Amino acid sequence: MARKILEVNEMSAGFLVNKEIVKATDRISFNVEEGKTLCIVGESGSGKSVTSLAIMRLIDYAGGAILEGDITFNGASLPAKDQDEMRRIRGNQIAMIFQDPMSALNPVFTVGDQIAESLRLHQNKSDKDAMKEAVELLRQVGIPSPEVRAKQYPHELSGGMCQRVVIAIALACRPQLLIADEPTTALDVTVQAQILDLLQSLQKETGMAIILITHDMGVAAEVADRIVVMYAGGIMEEGSVEEIFAKPSHPYTVGLLKSIPGFEANDGNELYTIKGTIPRINQLPTGCRFHPRCEHAMDICRNQEPGFFQLGQDHKAACWLFEEHAAESKVSPARAAIEHGEVRV
Amino acid sequence: MSKQLSNETLIEIKHIKKYFPIKKGLLSRVVGQVKAVDDISLEIKKGETFGLVGESGCGKSTLGRVILRLQSATDGEVIYNGQNIHALGSSKLRDLRQDLQIIFQDPFGSLNPRFLVSDIIGEPLKVHTNMTAAQIDARVVELMELVGLDASRRNRYPHEFSGGQRQRVGIARSIALNPKFIVADEAVSALDVSVQSQVLNLLARLQKELGLTFLFIAHGLNVVRHISDRVGVMYLGKLAEVGPTEELYNKPLHPYTAALLSSIPRPNPALKRERIILKGDVPSPANPPSGCRFHPRCPMAQDRCKAEEPLLAEALPGRQVACHFPLVEDGALERLAARTLG
Ligand SMILES: Nc1ncnc2c1ncn2[C@@H]1O[C@H](COP(=O)(O)OP(=O)(O)OP(=O)(O)O)[C@@H](O)[C@H]1O
Ligand SMILES: Nc1ncnc2c1ncn2[C@@H]1O[C@H](COP(=O)(O)OP(=O)(O)OP(=O)(O)O)[C@@H](O)[C@H]1O
Ligand code: SF4
Ligand code: SF4
Ligand SMILES: [Mg+2]
Ligand SMILES: [Mg+2]
Repeated sequence: MARKILEVNEMSAGFLVNKEIVKATDRISFNVEEGKTLCIVGESGSGKSVTSLAIMRLIDYAGGAILEGDITFNGASLPAKDQDEMRRIRGNQIAMIFQDPMSALNPVFTVGDQIAESLRLHQNKSDKDAMKEAVELLRQVGIPSPEVRAKQYPHELSGGMCQRVVIAIALACRPQLLIADEPTTALDVTVQAQILDLLQSLQKETGMAIILITHDMGVAAEVADRIVVMYAGGIMEEGSVEEIFAKPSHPYTVGLLKSIPGFEANDGNELYTIKGTIPRINQLPTGCRFHPRCEHAMDICRNQEPGFFQLGQDHKAACWLFEEHAAESKVSPARAAIEHGEVRV
Repeated sequence: MSKQLSNETLIEIKHIKKYFPIKKGLLSRVVGQVKAVDDISLEIKKGETFGLVGESGCGKSTLGRVILRLQSATDGEVIYNGQNIHALGSSKLRDLRQDLQIIFQDPFGSLNPRFLVSDIIGEPLKVHTNMTAAQIDARVVELMELVGLDASRRNRYPHEFSGGQRQRVGIARSIALNPKFIVADEAVSALDVSVQSQVLNLLARLQKELGLTFLFIAHGLNVVRHISDRVGVMYLGKLAEVGPTEELYNKPLHPYTAALLSSIPRPNPALKRERIILKGDVPSPANPPSGCRFHPRCPMAQDRCKAEEPLLAEALPGRQVACHFPLVEDGALERLAARTLG
């Protein structure tokens, strides 16, 4: 097994809303290994971005805080560090890219200057060396005629090219961990394919770990080694990409996958739907946070929050359906029952 | 979709063009034109859902708005009920408005936040009919129930509704006047998957119950496959390909369609498919390439493609494509994929 570079342990992060603390992530735990990609998937408001802001400790600037638990990077606790130390880590060992590349770039500087600036700041390079390396980085992220492009401003580049520039800036300091929050959501599918390809080949070259945040199960299937499924601030299911897609088990994961239209011909039947809507985090239901929308909800689900049950060597779900059989086997009878529509409670 | 398709044309689009002037300087001198829609012809059949796909900026929304005459056309005709919509006087156009509606993408932005939901849904009734306040209220209740909203909440404001519920409000409003034809422009694109599937089912059900015809515009290729009977693929203001949904998705004829479809990420890690990765970016619609607009990015391009523009023509029964070398033969798609790897 590869070395764990990041460990998130029972971490809650949240905000003060109307004088009340609301948790946007609720005691979440996961690890990221060197050279591997972890995808965090979930719908709007599930806490994906807050998770990444907490890791970067940028949440302090967004009016929030890490409330409990720990995050260790290379064995050292990040919440224990002060912001000066964090500044050295951000952009050096951990880099981050966001959904909208335009907002991450400064419109009044050329893209070459912006990459070079990052190199000067973090690596004390001379102006000349920094610019030379900036051009090299542009080449590495697949921008044609990088010498020309380096002298252009963001508005002279397409959205896909801007995202490549943002990736170049993130890579400038050879980070050990790259956090990409919906990096392709604003881009067209053909450009998305280019950017995902680029991230994967850069990972192969540099061995960096990647946390990729997405709401698109298709993107996760293509790039992830491991997957964390979040819902309303909590982790519902976690496992290797193979296990999650071969044996999706939590009713939310199953529902999410079944709701995706159009991977096969429309058979004339209605699409599967998860009834109801995603709750607001300050109005979470009791017990299992998914229970008002769950087809399989039982009495216990309304009152008591489920812990994780192990479903396989590398696969677990937070759902009471797996309580009895959890210890036994890889193929859970409960999941089989869900698949065959036998569970009626 | 497995429903029986009618052969009756509801709307015929003939050589529609929409150019936007590019202005510069103090005197707003026109220095060029964005050819957002550049000579598109298309028939939409009664009762069908026609899906329109293509990358950002290819002209989908512009075409949708011009079809409804929410924007004027630079050239061309849109024939509905034997009349060219773009040649109608204002009173005739007003009558037609009832038949032709639009649903927008943004369930937040397209609803006036200061209006009650009942006013939003009832507004077209107020403008276009002589119904009394009580009649309008009764119709609003009926419409809300039809789209699966709790009618007892009609006297509330949009912000008190979730994204999916707001999209239902927009749908209820668009069907208030019993329209025949609805342009749905990215109507489900902003919704989460679990809510998106609810709205897609609603649209399919309304179509069945009310006999609606849809032009369904979206960049989400899976959603379009699910809901459409036929699909048109646009590239830089032109139709690259038109065909029945499953035939087009299973055997694309235009190299651009093939590349687009191969880029869809699939939720199945066992399927590591070969993507056709296109080089370069979409060129500007102000200055489209000569000949075939796709030629600078096309893995199959030959000399002829640079010089001569391919016209949309039937290449297989019921399937139109604008390409000099369409992927008609067996194995053509595989050869195309192979070319992009090296
Ligand atoms: N600065 C803030 N103050 C108060 N609440 C916040 C703040 N930022 C986020 N939240 C809340 O925290 C929850 C999680 O938000 P987050 O941005 O992590 O969701 P997400 O999973 O990234 O969703 P999306 O897919 O929409 O980006 C949401 O309910 C959101 O409203
Ligand atoms: N009012 C306008 N004035 C000038 N140019 C315009 C105007 N409306 C659209 N355009 C241009 O016309 C082209 C087509 O735009 P349109 O909005 O129709 O594309 P689209 O296919 O709907 O894209 P998207 O998927 O991003 O919604 C674009 O280049 C756009 O910039
Ligand atoms: S714990 Fe109960 S309510 Fe929650 S997902 Fe499992 S079955 Fe459904
Ligand atoms: S006409 Fe030529 S360049 Fe255009 S799509 Fe066909 S093969 Fe490619
Ligand atoms: Mg987010
Ligand atoms: Mg549009």
